[in-house]
Amino acid sequence: MTDLLAARTQMAISLGFHIVFAEIGIAMPLMMVLAEWRWRRTGERAYLDLARRWSKGTAVLFAVGAVSGTVLSFELGLLWPGFMRYAGAIIGMPFSLEGFAFFLEAIFLGIYLYGWERVGARAHLAAGVVVAVSGAASAVFVVMVNAWMNTPTGFTLDASGGFATIDPVTAMRSPAAFQQALHMLLAAYAATGMAVAGVHAFMLLRGAARDFHRRALTIALLVGAPAAVLQPLSGDVSARVVATTQPVKLAALEGQWATERGAPLRIGGWPDAAREETRWALEIPYGLSLLAFHDPSAEVKGLRTVVPADRPPVAVVHLAFQTMVGLGSTMALVALWAAWCAWRRRDLAEHHALLRALVIVAPFGFLATEAGWIVTEVGRQPWVVQGLMRTSAAVTPMPGLIAPMALFTLLYLGLGAIVATLIASLVRESSRTVA
Amino acid sequence: MSLADVGLPEVVAAIMVLALNAYALTGGADFGGGVWDLLARGPGREAQRALIAEQIAPIWEANHVWLILVVVMLFTAFPAAFAALGIVLHIPLTLMLLGIVARGSSFVFRSYGARDDASQRRWGRVFAVASVVTPLLLGMIVGAIVSGEAGAAAARLPTSTGAAAPSYASVYVAPWLAPFPFALGVLSLAMFAFLAAVYLGVREPALRDAFRRRALWSSGAMFVAAFGALGVAGMTTPHVMGGLTRGAALVLQMAIAVAALTAIWALYERHWRFARIAAAAQVSLILWGWVLVQAPFVLPPTLTIRDAAAPRITLELLVGALAAGALILLPALAYMFRTFAAERRVR
Repeated sequence: MTDLLAARTQMAISLGFHIVFAEIGIAMPLMMVLAEWRWRRTGERAYLDLARRWSKGTAVLFAVGAVSGTVLSFELGLLWPGFMRYAGAIIGMPFSLEGFAFFLEAIFLGIYLYGWERVGARAHLAAGVVVAVSGAASAVFVVMVNAWMNTPTGFTLDASGGFATIDPVTAMRSPAAFQQALHMLLAAYAATGMAVAGVHAFMLLRGAARDFHRRALTIALLVGAPAAVLQPLSGDVSARVVATTQPVKLAALEGQWATERGAPLRIGGWPDAAREETRWALEIPYGLSLLAFHDPSAEVKGLRTVVPADRPPVAVVHLAFQTMVGLGSTMALVALWAAWCAWRRRDLAEHHALLRALVIVAPFGFLATEAGWIVTEVGRQPWVVQGLMRTSAAVTPMPGLIAPMALFTLLYLGLGAIVATLIASLVRESSRTVA
Repeated sequence: MSLADVGLPEVVAAIMVLALNAYALTGGADFGGGVWDLLARGPGREAQRALIAEQIAPIWEANHVWLILVVVMLFTAFPAAFAALGIVLHIPLTLMLLGIVARGSSFVFRSYGARDDASQRRWGRVFAVASVVTPLLLGMIVGAIVSGEAGAAAARLPTSTGAAAPSYASVYVAPWLAPFPFALGVLSLAMFAFLAAVYLGVREPALRDAFRRRALWSSGAMFVAAFGALGVAGMTTPHVMGGLTRGAALVLQMAIAVAALTAIWALYERHWRFARIAAAAQVSLILWGWVLVQAPFVLPPTLTIRDAAAPRITLELLVGALAAGALILLPALAYMFRTFAAERRVR
């Protein structure tokens, strides 16, 4: 394994680990606030139980998210000092704002978790609202940085390729910023909401504490289902921005080798880099041109427009993209089904087929998120900043990067297992102790 | 450096040190709490551990964000320094991160995980050991920077292919695995333990005797570590020693001595709130002493604050964001501390 690949692997594992906790940190506070608000409105004890149970799990997950996020902020320099020296001044702005948003999140999460008896009822609910809002704001700021790496703007170049002038405010509003932030936020609500719904659906199928789990299921679906239904639409917006700003990435995620008008949409298939063709795919005529440009005869640029050295690993990107779309579409269908049942005034907690489907799709949101990050990050390779800086120019000169990579991989595998066990025991405990 | 040289880069650097100062007084003390968890002794052992956990549980994550803010300010305002530090201090920074991850995770695992003694002891042990190792590494990283060894190693990195590569150890190990950084590591550990003992004593009247003893002992440890560091500096890094005996630094050292003696006197006389102020002043002054020795360099011996600074527009926006952010952040922090830092009533 080369040092560059080790560094990329370590960054991928660190981000892949953190992103799950970050998503939970965005969506769980919203669900806790909704439960607490219902309790204040209805006086039903089950809602208070719910808010307090959820906040226990959130406390654990937020802490792991906070420390793994710290690791990432340092890894920018530990692994990619070339990138940070080059771009730190232009992308530091959203990171600084994220620092403040995260500060508010941490302060008010502490007040929310430990302040039940110390602050007034309204102040407590307000603290939860601040956590939910600043968590979402943190995500938007961080994603702005990634969007800039995909569609860099806000600078002029000098003769040697360095930045002559920079405009960090324009850099924050790069072409990909809006759609990436939207896609990420919806992903957080959809993945967390549907996962929590799946957990409570599982407990309902086992016949445990029905009143408690029914209310939990309702709130989780209120957060998760609309986001899951909207996410494919946001994906469409994303794909169209990628089509115009990163044509090679679009070609990689669709396995499109030749430039053609009326390009087909490929479902499945295996992109063969040696033969420069995608085999065994189900092709829907004009599908890609229609989806990417809303015009069946639009020209779609192929991978062959750039030399092989400038192409991402097509098979990985195509496979990850198909996985993301497949998982996300399934979630959207299950979410629509749940909405349909709710509209028909059926008791969701008694609908065993729906509950089983919710259990099955519970992990899909997080898996789709991982696949989506592979699409956006691997799809940009070999560039760390699209068209401007290669990933190989950004990596640290330190040799032996396989060692820290292995270390963090083991650490996160262990932490992941411990957290999963702990959350499972909190869920079991909730069923034993609530009525 | 005179006052006339103070421009925007220096202002940003000063704000960064203020954030680091806040981290030392809050996040640092949270690590110090872990030190006292490790060293909890006697019949009141479990009561001490419970107090420490109760003290830091609601606030440690917020306190920790100061460190993230420092890192973000460093790479936004001084990207060249951040890049150089990330390269040459890769190993101690990685070890420190492992400590941060282990401390935070084990703390919540102990709080929310299985209640049986074996699990509690296991996570408590990880929490305590990580709380000792992390400040030690943080101090060693500062030592590697202030001694100029990290900067010198960064300057030795080959800039183009073909240049003779310096040995791995000379670039990636020697700058931080040396007596002076180690002495600063011990000093940081003693400072954080000292702060924690004073804060914990303020909070819980029932355990004051225990934490008063611990505060006085750690104040002594700070003296030993500080003079040890000075001694090592005299032998290995004469320019640090020279910086410490310059005019302004001498005044600052006298102020440190006054704060230290005041803290000891207040602890001795059991003026707890006074002791807390004096202890915080002492630790802050030590930190600013480091800054005074190192200015005008962000990464001595060659990279100055001005050379490493980002373009003016970035610095202006950053200062604007920090000012606006502080307007929201400081009241929020005050609210948090008022909510949780109330003195426990004698039961």
